[in-house]
Amino acid sequence: MIDKLREVDDRRRALLGGIGARWRALSRGQRFLAGAAMVVFAYYLPSFGKIPGTNLIIPGLVSLRTDYMDGGSNWSGVLFTCAIYVLVAIGLNVVVGLAGLLDLGYIGFFAIGAYSVALFGSLNSPVVHWLQQTFDLPSTWAVTWAICLPIAVALTMISGVLLGWPTLRLRGDYLAIVTLGFGEIIRIFARNMTEVTRGSQGINGIPGPEGAPSADNQYFGLIDPKWWYFLAITVVLLMVFAVWRLENSRVGRAWLAIREDEDAAAVMGVYGFKYKLWAFAIGAALGGLAGFLFASRYAFIDPTQFNVRLSILFVAMVVVGGSGNMVGVAFGAVLLAYLPERFRAIEDYRWLAFGVAMVLVMVLRPQGLIPSRRRARELEDRAKEAAASV
Amino acid sequence: MNFDELFGHLGQHTVDGLAKGAIYALIALGYTLVYGVLRLINFAHSEVFVVGTFAVLGVWTAVGLENNPPVAQAALFLLLGLAAAALASGGTALVIERLAYRPLRRRNAPPLVFLITAIGLSLVIVEILGQLLPDTLGGTMTTLFGRPRQVVGMPTIIESKPLFTIAGTSITNVQFITLIAALVMMALLDWFINRTKYGRGVRAVAQNPETAALMGVNQDRVIMLIFVLGGVMAGAAALLWSMRTGITQNELGFVLGLKAFTAAVLGGIGNLRGALLGGLLLGVVEVYAATLYNSSWEDVVAFVVLVVVLMFRPTGLLGESLGRARA
Repeated sequence: MIDKLREVDDRRRALLGGIGARWRALSRGQRFLAGAAMVVFAYYLPSFGKIPGTNLIIPGLVSLRTDYMDGGSNWSGVLFTCAIYVLVAIGLNVVVGLAGLLDLGYIGFFAIGAYSVALFGSLNSPVVHWLQQTFDLPSTWAVTWAICLPIAVALTMISGVLLGWPTLRLRGDYLAIVTLGFGEIIRIFARNMTEVTRGSQGINGIPGPEGAPSADNQYFGLIDPKWWYFLAITVVLLMVFAVWRLENSRVGRAWLAIREDEDAAAVMGVYGFKYKLWAFAIGAALGGLAGFLFASRYAFIDPTQFNVRLSILFVAMVVVGGSGNMVGVAFGAVLLAYLPERFRAIEDYRWLAFGVAMVLVMVLRPQGLIPSRRRARELEDRAKEAAASV
Repeated sequence: MNFDELFGHLGQHTVDGLAKGAIYALIALGYTLVYGVLRLINFAHSEVFVVGTFAVLGVWTAVGLENNPPVAQAALFLLLGLAAAALASGGTALVIERLAYRPLRRRNAPPLVFLITAIGLSLVIVEILGQLLPDTLGGTMTTLFGRPRQVVGMPTIIESKPLFTIAGTSITNVQFITLIAALVMMALLDWFINRTKYGRGVRAVAQNPETAALMGVNQDRVIMLIFVLGGVMAGAAALLWSMRTGITQNELGFVLGLKAFTAAVLGGIGNLRGALLGGLLLGVVEVYAATLYNSSWEDVVAFVVLVVVLMFRPTGLLGESLGRARA
């Protein structure tokens, strides 16, 4: 059975390798065109399977949507979730895939991002009430959505540094456990500090680009999330570009060096701690951004939405997709967000399936489904060393 | 800050903490044994414990235990529960080792790969207990897997009542049994590792696997042994937990596992006596903190302790003695 799996996997890998080689053989212009086509496709997705501007549907493709079956969820809503998860996966990939630090508390940053827009932007938040009273502001005043964005990013970055400062000197597996604790602590804080976060009651009325949620909102309402998806995918594309540039910069190379061999990197003059802290802060900021969008879209959050299970789902997206490779982790994120929505029968068993997928991927091919070439070679090296020493 | 309550009944809170910590200590042993030999955090160990609690519940249900049975019957059922939990937990630990860790070890996988595998495994076990078994067996074993993911209650095997009182501090029979049982299990394990031939094998592999192999120690067998030993200790913890709290749930393991891991690190991971000390200390600290503030903050204490210990004394209170020096 396992041998058969391996065989299928090898064939798939050969196919993927073919695509990769072909992509690298393309000229700059062709690559640009292909990229542009993908961007257009990303914006076309909400009307996937239909011809835009008409009511015609394309029979085969339309069954891939989630709203053409009984009790299916809104397709744009699912796409929005996918986009948020892709953003999370890209952020976590900076920490896990590039810098090689296993962060099991990523949900903590997601929660901080979500709570920053809730606490500063919602008219129902105790923080806004306090600000109104202290500075004698009208009772309709709250921080504008656009200003909440930098606040959220700044707060998550700071929390990333605060968490990283004492813990990044620890060995990898200790770091994982400590971050796991961090994720749980954030949830407990959100639950217990009732006078700040309204505890388990949650906060509603979280604003979007058009202000507080109301029926008058033209684009960013609660009913049709199409525009929320457009917003999210725009953020995702911008961040993909930013992280891609970062990956090929001095910082990115430092991360890879640290991941592969921290001592050797130190000998070459790469100060590990500094770059690890950067990875943590940048990863945290991306997670916070995702949380920010998530909270604005649903206009309501409470502490139960940020349990540590989601953190493990995030890690699963990265490792199943292929840590270190942005295409891989994005693929993993879409897969893990989309499949349970499309195939409702597995809804109850999704966590079991995620667990099995994690174990299988780690045992059979630890580099993930669409691996980073460099990471795959690293793992092969280790396996060869093991074989040689026996 | 409720200092009056804490210092007014200091002895009582200490006893409560010790009884709580005894269970942490028993679970912590599993982390410590595996870490001492393989330098690997067995994240799925908490689920080994949860499987044990379900085994106890299963046996008690099967023999038709009712609340507050006579003493002789209670003793018999406790032993039965211990046997079932030890078997189930030890077996689970062994299966985890064989199915997941051994293939990774063969390939010399990086530590993070082990950790992610363990997280996946732990998710699998939680979901099997919480969803798969209730769905497939829910009709025939309603008491065991009644509704998916719910807290399952157990019959009270021993009614908790004060056994004796020393200087205003009363110790209940349940606390007494918990503490004594945990100490006996610890002593047995300590004797096994330090005094027997198999224990010598374990220590040899912990110190230097290659040399141990040259001396004729079968490394794979030693590794299987430590997983089983850790599992049996978790099984004992599962029995004591069932006796004390009378509940179990598929997701019980997460927080308890983190606390037990903290206990192991606090005492010095890889050190058996350290696990005992760390567990008891953590239990006491938790009860103190819960008294001082509020019990809703109780779970935060363990994480804070963990971070502080790792920052200022990463080798723990007693140092890492089963394994090699820290890498």
